[in-house]
Amino acid sequence: MTSSVLSAARPAQIRWHPLVLRYAPVVAIVLALIVLWYVAAALMNMRMVRDAFEREETPYTVSDLIAGTMDAERPLLPAPHQIIETFSDDVFGWPVTSPRSLIYHSWVTLSATLVGFLMGAAFGIVLAVLIVHARTLQKSLLPWIICSQMVPILAVAPIVIVVLGSIGLRGLLPKAIISAYLCFFPVTIGMVKGLNSPDPMQRDLMRTWSATPTQIFWKLRWPSAVPFLFASVKVSITISLIGAIVAELPTGAQAGIGARLLAGSYYGQTIQIWAALLAASLLAVGLIAFISLLERWIGEVMGARA
Amino acid sequence: MRPQAWQRIALLAAALGMLSATVVPLANEHAPSLLSLPAAFAATLLSASLYAATALVPLRWSIATALSGVVLGCYATLAVLHDDSVAGNAASGFWLAVTANWIAAWVAVARLAAVKPADKAAAGIVDLAIPLLFGVFVFYLWEVAVRGFGVPPVILPPPSAIGVRFFGSLWMLWQDFVQTFLLGVLSGYVIGCSAGLLVAVVAHRYTFLGRGLLPIGNFVSALPIVGIAPIMVMWFGFDWPSKAAVVVVITFFPMLVNCLAGLNAAGYIERDLMRSYAAGHGQTMRKLYMPAAMPFIFNALKINSTLAFIGAIVAEFFGTPTQGIGFRISIEAGRMALDVVWAEIALAAIAGMAFYGIVALAERATTFWHPSYRT
Amino acid sequence: MLAPAHPNSADRPEAIPQALAVHAKGVSLTFQTADGEVRALSGVDLDVAKGDFVSFIGPSGCGKTTLLRVIADLERPTAGAILVNGVPAEKARLGRHYGYVFQAPALYPWRTIERNVALPLEIMGYDGADRRDRVERYLKLVNLSGFERKFPWQLSGGMQQRASIARALSFDPALLLMDEPFGALDEIVRDHLNEQLLRLWDQTKKTVVFVTHSIPEAVFLSTKIVVMSPRPGRIIDIIACDFPRNRTLEIRETPEFMRIAQRVRAGLRSGHSYDE
Repeated sequence: MTSSVLSAARPAQIRWHPLVLRYAPVVAIVLALIVLWYVAAALMNMRMVRDAFEREETPYTVSDLIAGTMDAERPLLPAPHQIIETFSDDVFGWPVTSPRSLIYHSWVTLSATLVGFLMGAAFGIVLAVLIVHARTLQKSLLPWIICSQMVPILAVAPIVIVVLGSIGLRGLLPKAIISAYLCFFPVTIGMVKGLNSPDPMQRDLMRTWSATPTQIFWKLRWPSAVPFLFASVKVSITISLIGAIVAELPTGAQAGIGARLLAGSYYGQTIQIWAALLAASLLAVGLIAFISLLERWIGEVMGARA
Repeated sequence: MRPQAWQRIALLAAALGMLSATVVPLANEHAPSLLSLPAAFAATLLSASLYAATALVPLRWSIATALSGVVLGCYATLAVLHDDSVAGNAASGFWLAVTANWIAAWVAVARLAAVKPADKAAAGIVDLAIPLLFGVFVFYLWEVAVRGFGVPPVILPPPSAIGVRFFGSLWMLWQDFVQTFLLGVLSGYVIGCSAGLLVAVVAHRYTFLGRGLLPIGNFVSALPIVGIAPIMVMWFGFDWPSKAAVVVVITFFPMLVNCLAGLNAAGYIERDLMRSYAAGHGQTMRKLYMPAAMPFIFNALKINSTLAFIGAIVAEFFGTPTQGIGFRISIEAGRMALDVVWAEIALAAIAGMAFYGIVALAERATTFWHPSYRT
Repeated sequence: MLAPAHPNSADRPEAIPQALAVHAKGVSLTFQTADGEVRALSGVDLDVAKGDFVSFIGPSGCGKTTLLRVIADLERPTAGAILVNGVPAEKARLGRHYGYVFQAPALYPWRTIERNVALPLEIMGYDGADRRDRVERYLKLVNLSGFERKFPWQLSGGMQQRASIARALSFDPALLLMDEPFGALDEIVRDHLNEQLLRLWDQTKKTVVFVTHSIPEAVFLSTKIVVMSPRPGRIIDIIACDFPRNRTLEIRETPEFMRIAQRVRAGLRSGHSYDE
């Protein structure tokens, strides 16, 4: 009845460094995914490579086959190193202003994204402020804005491009308008939620001080809405990027990441498509990282918890 | 001045505006006189008097008078538009009438919004009526603006033309719907969401996997996934399987992230309770984790319903054989047949809202217990 | 009351003829936190006899909830031994020897009251007719008959907690472990529930281990009061009370009651400085 029946004392625990604990799973899974990718590339390209060898009637071994799948010109699934190679070629191999440079295309898309985002976000914030202060707008307009989220908005992109093109607006502005149109919805909804977020206690306090609506807005509603703003801005900016890319599709634009994707798909340049996708992903990551940094900086200024 | 006073002044101005349409020219050249269109004339006079009445009667009748006045006034302007010399050439008389309708409609909606009925059913009806009236009036403004200014239909067709084209091309619309929605969206949605749920369940069981997949899932959800459409075309061909594949990838990651969050949402007290019953993992999963995760799962299903539809349509922009909503839109936009494009957009809007609505209804039924429904 | 209804199933609580419901010897539990070590329990020795109503009382951080969780095998001690119904705590948990009542009702909002009370019965494999019978019986015991089809949010806090108690009793465990079950309720409801709990204990003859930080509650309900103090968590005093089993709330005004309450208060004060 004593120590022999010890109710399982805890075993000694290895103490890992907190950074290891945090990043080990992600790193492990990413590595596993990369290995899986190589295996998939080998399997998927196998038939094509074997057919090529048989056509040329050269003898081949298994290792020849595998080497071939890692180096095919138009692979079904390019190996990661192929993508990185093409990517760096397109980024570093051409002067920045050349239409063969990925940096040039990325800049075209990025500029449309940013202009569209700024227009859309500004419009969204203004609309949210109006909705919160005018009950009529809140009841008549807000349900439509919510409904519009259920509608595949990107479907109007071709119309906008075509219509604006027929009145002479081409290039950056139609793409920016599409991006703006796509990204103002999340900002509006997020800001409405944020501007309405102060709890009734805080609002009552303002009433006891006889504060005017403008004072309440700048001193209470706007600061409470900032976290909501950042959350919806992150969503909105990625949508803006997608809008800019999609806007390049219908009219077969010559510049931009969407144009690169189209060109790659028309001419069968598989690796080019993947490199363009990598560029788009890096753009998205960069934009979100920038917003997060901004958020953290503003958070520190506003006394947010670390 | 209080808003009521502003509204009264505006209403009287509206009445005046309506009346002036009988004398001020309706069109720039060869303007017909309103007297030659008796029905429109009568409607104009009636609506003018109703607007004036709205300014003078007690509040609870004013909404009814305003709305009936707006209906008559809109009818009058639309009837006038039938005259060829007015369409495309409308002058100040016409626009005065339209502006009068606009003012009255605005006042009617504003007064409706201020109403606070005690009865819950009545409140629900009012909440539904306001955006509907607002929307209908926006369509009216669209119609008169396009036809009054004579905007070329290749830039913006009026809603009536779109409606005519919609009902005239039902077979084509149906084929496009089947191709894009039933074949592309639904199959991809079902596969993508089930896969996301399955992986989330496994990742929940093995925490290492979960901690690794969650950041990756969040990361991928932010990427422009529609870009993989050309690659999917290469793997699965031009037809709907490649679109479904795009939808699978688009819906998988939000589902994974939200389901994982949901499965982890059960409180620690409830989990301790299960431990005290010595319940196995499977039992705990069925009786605690899954039901507690339902709000999150449905949140993802709603988000995914929109994403899936967008994904399928955009994937079709990259190339598709002979039908499909995205296909039709990009082809007809290139041909400047914008009324077809708008009809397709109307189809997409209806389908999108219906899809979301069905998922929302299912959500209501299964997560009725969640606090957000009880406030 | 302790014999299971279906003796051939391995999932049912086992009937162990032992004199002691809980036997703890030298139990210590040290947590590793970001700020260093926390000695939640230090050298705790405790014996609880069958049929006792034992209260743990002490300020926050004295380890009373931790000790309860160790008995329930929801925490493992870093040293010492603990036997519940004569077997190690883990076996007691796997053998479903106790029912646990938390501070919050922890009822599942997607289940009706009757399905909530039936939850442990479903897990432990009781069949449908048996489940219905037990649910009805125990809801009646806590005076919630008629509320079977309601959802938890439709009930008041006190009623939800009563349903939680019914759930803990539904599979007839020998031991009832309760962690400040009435802490979130107002005093009037609390008094009422104290009386009901006492009646229940008298009728079902279970052993109850009860955590509280209300002195009147502890003195009113218990046959034995364990006074604990924090830093490190340890037992300061064990006080026996033997009020009659059919007592009512009036005894709270008797001198005997006051004397025991005073002793509890003295114990609490000696173990805990309020300036910290």
